[in-house]
Amino acid sequence: MQLLIEQILNGLQLGGTLFLLAAGLTLVFGIMGVINLAHGSLFMIGAYGAAIVAGKTGSWGLGVIAGLAAAALVGVLIELVVIRRLYARDHLYQVLATFGLILFFNGLVAMVVGRAPLLMETPKVLSGFVELLPGIPYPTYRLAVMGVGLAVALGLWFMIARTRVGMLIRAGATHRDMVSALGVDIAKLYTFVFGLGALLAGLAGIVVGPIRSVQVGMGEQVLIMTFVVIVIGGIGSVRGAFVGAMLIGMADTLGRAFLPGLLKMHMSGALADGLAGALSSVLIYIVMALVLVVRPRGLFPVGG
Amino acid sequence: MTFRTLMLAGAAAMALCGPAMAQVKIGFITTLSTPAGYLGEDARDGFKLAVDQEGGKLGGVPVEVIVEDDKLKPADGKQIAEKFLQSDKIKLFSGIIFSNVAGAVVPGILEAGGIYVSPNAGPSNFAGKGCNANYYVTSWQNDNLHESAGALAKKLGYKKMVLLAPNYQAGKDAIAGFKRLYGGEVIEEIYTALDQTDFSAEMAKIRAAKPDAVFQFHPGGQGIAFLKQWQQAGLKDQIPMVVAAPSLEQKIAAAVGDAAVGVAATTHWNTDLPNAQNKAFVEAFRKKYNRDPTVYASQGYDAALLIGAALKATGGKLDEKPFREAMLKADAKLVRGDFKFGTNQHPIQDWYEVKAVKGADGKVTLQTVGKVVEKLQDSYAKDCKL
Repeated sequence: MQLLIEQILNGLQLGGTLFLLAAGLTLVFGIMGVINLAHGSLFMIGAYGAAIVAGKTGSWGLGVIAGLAAAALVGVLIELVVIRRLYARDHLYQVLATFGLILFFNGLVAMVVGRAPLLMETPKVLSGFVELLPGIPYPTYRLAVMGVGLAVALGLWFMIARTRVGMLIRAGATHRDMVSALGVDIAKLYTFVFGLGALLAGLAGIVVGPIRSVQVGMGEQVLIMTFVVIVIGGIGSVRGAFVGAMLIGMADTLGRAFLPGLLKMHMSGALADGLAGALSSVLIYIVMALVLVVRPRGLFPVGG
Repeated sequence: MTFRTLMLAGAAAMALCGPAMAQVKIGFITTLSTPAGYLGEDARDGFKLAVDQEGGKLGGVPVEVIVEDDKLKPADGKQIAEKFLQSDKIKLFSGIIFSNVAGAVVPGILEAGGIYVSPNAGPSNFAGKGCNANYYVTSWQNDNLHESAGALAKKLGYKKMVLLAPNYQAGKDAIAGFKRLYGGEVIEEIYTALDQTDFSAEMAKIRAAKPDAVFQFHPGGQGIAFLKQWQQAGLKDQIPMVVAAPSLEQKIAAAVGDAAVGVAATTHWNTDLPNAQNKAFVEAFRKKYNRDPTVYASQGYDAALLIGAALKATGGKLDEKPFREAMLKADAKLVRGDFKFGTNQHPIQDWYEVKAVKGADGKVTLQTVGKVVEKLQDSYAKDCKL
């Protein structure tokens, strides 16, 4: 029972991390219609910015600011220099250009910082554990990650549903020409949305830094899972991204935790180990396929 | 006019060199991109250091090292090898880091009459029945890594353990290799996904299983993530960990910091091995590249030294028989210390226990504790008919 609760917490935590990544990607994809493969690069830039500044100054707070600023700035720059030229083009051009950006940023970081993975410590205040229930010590940092995911979800919901900017974003997504006819600078709005997406990717990178390895190419590892999340959730829907992230986080964690045990009840050890390993690594794709069979446009489809 | 002068000067310079030895080209196919790029980078830089120290030569023979990135993709590696063989007419190859790339590249090189000297990957299928007279491994047979870790766990007195490795061939080999010299009880074997970066589910299971210690094989970034999460889960102070070199080398130790302190690892080389050639190597590497060498850098360097010793004996000729005779003598002072080729042309060497310690400057480095296994040879050599 304790184990089950702990694994559910682990699933929520993974979901929280995935959401941070998926939120930005789904916003950019849904509102601007741009497939941004370089989302993972922005994730990497956030993590590197934070790791370098935190390492040099010894202050986690400064690291977070630096990571966020770096990701947002690079995001805005990418939009102005590259993406802006591609709105009218086919998705294929966007895929090509943003794939090129992945190679460019990986090469740049390898040249400037080097290929060795960077050290990024857990902030001191969050390095211990909390005993949520007796007998289950849970890492404080992972709870904080969940908290950040939740806060971002609420913040985004509030911004999109309740503010003027959010209204413009929603309107710009579906009636681009009308919004611009009403005197709104759509180009600026898109730059803002892309920058926001980059900021969220950077935040995900910073949050993940102390848990995973900060190194060149770290973004591509998470990109596929992130795409799975937004496809399940419905492309463009922040709510969908949240539900999709939790679903995938849960499926992945619980699958890895309990599939081997369940299979071992029915077959021999070695066979069960092999099968469980194979199954749990494809489990998220099975979940995606099932969702798409029932709801081809995802759980929360956006627009008409 | 200037062009002609240049030509003349060039011709004069060539003439001055006298009967110059033909230059030997070495095709160095290695992994330079992807998160594992630092492995190939270090192997390359170690190899090049040996060449540079001799002024562009190995064993007195001028060499040209042509490096290409396999991007950790077997198909890319194969393509590069074909290009090297056909357009560049290269006969001597080295550099591959990953066993799956080696599996795709090496057979093609050998069929075309080339020679391959591995500075890292040593998969079992080329060590036993599949051994070849033109295939040398200067690093390790892969199983040795995990066998030595098993021997260390036994020596440290751990009676029941949980073993973890990624769910692919090298991961399964790791667990099989570990069990070969361990001999204790294995409570559970856990196979992780190859692209997994979050291990919280596995760690909760380990906590519940209450083993004496764990063994895990997760090279590079996965290993970094595992060690960080192990510390955050509070398991570091409860359950000891034993790993082999790829899961805790010099760069991983620096990247995880405190989380590595106390972890026991096995390796055949470390920065602090006291032999004179190692001291000189570490100093030269630091001076040239402004960073600490890893075990991969040492292997690139040693592979170059062994090739150099063979080239010296043959005068730069790559004919199978004389080259093989010279190569198998392993007449070089390697930075890892004693080294011999077994009958299957894989190493017989000593393995050490190392521990991650925090220095006065706050940096975490690996310190050699002592020998774990002496003159370890792989278990496949007996199946090799050479």
